[in-house]
Amino acid sequence: MSITLNDLILVGTKLAEGFNVTLQIFALTLLFALPLGLIISFGSMSKIAIIKYPIKLFIWIIRGTPLMLQLLVVYYGPSILFGVKGLSNFPAVIITFVINYACYFSEIYRGGIESVPKGQYEAGQVLGLKKSQTFFRIVLLQVVKHIVPPMSNEIITLVKDTSLARTIMLYEVIWAGQKFITSRGWLWPLFATAVFYLLFCGILTLLFGYIEKKLDYFN
Amino acid sequence: MSNKILEVKNLSKHFGKTKVLMDINFSMEEGQVVSVIGSSGSGKTTLLRCINMLEVANGGKIYLDGNLFIDADSGMKYTQKELREKQLSLGLVFQDFNLFPQYSVLENVTLAPRLLAKERPDYKERKKEILHEIEENAKEILASVGLSEKLNNYPCQLSGGQKQRVSIARALALKPRVLFFDEPTSALDPELTGEILKVIRQLAAEHITMIIVTHEIDFAYSVSDKVIFMDKGVIAEEGTPDEVLKNPKNPRTQAFLQKLS
Repeated sequence: MSITLNDLILVGTKLAEGFNVTLQIFALTLLFALPLGLIISFGSMSKIAIIKYPIKLFIWIIRGTPLMLQLLVVYYGPSILFGVKGLSNFPAVIITFVINYACYFSEIYRGGIESVPKGQYEAGQVLGLKKSQTFFRIVLLQVVKHIVPPMSNEIITLVKDTSLARTIMLYEVIWAGQKFITSRGWLWPLFATAVFYLLFCGILTLLFGYIEKKLDYFN
Repeated sequence: MSNKILEVKNLSKHFGKTKVLMDINFSMEEGQVVSVIGSSGSGKTTLLRCINMLEVANGGKIYLDGNLFIDADSGMKYTQKELREKQLSLGLVFQDFNLFPQYSVLENVTLAPRLLAKERPDYKERKKEILHEIEENAKEILASVGLSEKLNNYPCQLSGGQKQRVSIARALALKPRVLFFDEPTSALDPELTGEILKVIRQLAAEHITMIIVTHEIDFAYSVSDKVIFMDKGVIAEEGTPDEVLKNPKNPRTQAFLQKLS
């Protein structure tokens, strides 16, 4: 078997198209899940039981079931359960990913927030800072520093989890590669998708390494 | 009314069923230094935390400059704004410094004054001037505690003694009416306590009103106008350093001092 330059260009173009969708899932998930996760983490740390425990239950369900199953539920659920027309596949993917990742992020935030010593809040308080000033000026950057390593782990996992979108027939990069099996009988484009993942995760690794280094000046 | 700056009346505090402070009464005058001594668990730190509103007292009243400052008898809760205003009139130096690690020495000292200045009505017009004043003031205070060389260092680059001096400077920058110290040398290596005690002595000479919770009996003797000995949540004995530390009348004070010597 030999691969011609034309084959490479054809496969490359198709995979890039697919990867474009992968990137969209990735970016939109981060955009919404990062802030939503913070809100969920505040809820899970709430002193009010009727906020805290339902949120803890929700996090347990989301983290305790496969993302693939959640995708299927969100996509097929409405029509099967209620007989209504469900979402099309792209919004279904985004909603599922955002909820799933927000729950994981919320636990990372919680770990980060709880790792900041109580004395930091008390110091802010005796210096007459407002609660919001104490959080944004004192606590937040310390939280960021604490959560960069687990966050980078989770975000790199997200890059590869996007391939699950293929379960509900969203044309992302794996799907794009897989199509060549049926259309041309080529297996190699499927493996070539790994190059896209490797490159992208490599860039993210460098980026997070840079952020960690930037925050290295204090501890 | 005398020139009492701080007056604590019938202050009490319990955590669940454990009574930590029972009917605490004392007062001090402007410019005085009061040392609070006693074994661990005697309620010294809780007393400081109640006055500084880090803990909510369960009963009693506290007056500052003759005005009702905390009314724990009424059970009323203060709004965040009231709480802030009250806390600004007092300063607290923690045992373990609690410096803000991401800010330089100078920024640690200027942060609170800068944020506070934003609430001034003339802030917008005089922003540059105000910030300049704040910075100059902070530099001056840091110089007085011997840290002029360290303005741009971060807390992780400092020794324990230097950290505690920054923390003292940070509290001083807000010009509190009374400055509280919660065992300021307990987290330090023995060879570093001297530099902190020197700074506190210097503040005493400048007539800064201070309440110091400490285990350094010799220091308390030499720096204080008044010594309070606490035991099991009550003030067991109070008086001049000579009275309490050299000629204690209460057997519990005697036993405590015996153990230390």
